Amino acid sequence: MREALDQWDFVLAAYAVGVVGTLAIIAWAWVDMKRAERRRAESRRK
Amino acid sequence: MMHGFANPKRFLTLASWLTPLLLAAGLVLSGGALWWGLTQVSPDRLMGETVRILFLHVPAAWLGMGGWTAIAISSLVYLVWRHPLAALAARAAAVPGLVFTLICLVTGSIWGRPTWGTWWVWDGRLTSMLVLAFLYAAYIALAQAAAREGVSARIPAIFGLVGAINIPIINRSVVWWNSLHQPPSITMGNSAIDGEYLAPLLVAVVGFSLIFGGIVLARMRALLADIQAEARLRRRASEAV
Repeated sequence: MREALDQWDFVLAAYAVGVVGTLAIIAWAWVDMKRAERRRAESRRK
Repeated sequence: MMHGFANPKRFLTLASWLTPLLLAAGLVLSGGALWWGLTQVSPDRLMGETVRILFLHVPAAWLGMGGWTAIAISSLVYLVWRHPLAALAARAAAVPGLVFTLICLVTGSIWGRPTWGTWWVWDGRLTSMLVLAFLYAAYIALAQAAAREGVSARIPAIFGLVGAINIPIINRSVVWWNSLHQPPSITMGNSAIDGEYLAPLLVAVVGFSLIFGGIVLARMRALLADIQAEARLRRRASEAV
């Protein structure tokens, strides 16, 4: 018997993985960069 | 020119405005391309609606392989010219390279279920891409250990060069071995993809590549700032003794 698969479920799942993964790596890289640059600025002041 | 940008001060001046610019332009282009692919193109005759996964899967595959190519080139520059920024560039490309390789594997698996009837097959393309993910994880662990222990960046650089052997294997895998995966659709100067799909695909590839460039610059700035802060604190500590 043939399975009834809704193709849109697969499309939306793939888009969710791709978009969330991309936004997460951008956010992590940006926040980590700001943290490191703040640490460097503080080390200059000390 | 390359030697000029190897100066950390000149690099930071350039990267301070280029990082947000690349990320913003990349987000606009890739967001637009995904919306285009999701709402404006018609379903494919064979793959139906699932053809829309193409606009995420292909840029992710391109960046997974492109990330390791960047690691290999930066490693070669580091080994030959000893530019410390080249070693940083290689380290900076590793995490985004791994993330896009994983996105490629997961979106490919999701695509495989309705089109091939299976989530996974151990064929040349999928297996060599999985090997690439393991290589990234090993490179990240090796580069972090080398930085933490204060040993030379030569060992991760050599690993980065040796690992590049996997890139042509991934590229040619669908030609060398029988596979459920389709053969190359885009080759030098030729495309088997219909124009309706090719245009948003190219915009997505450019957009995600700009994002990748922005992430690499942000990672380089973070690594450089950590090294400079660490060096300054160590100097202070030795002066205090």
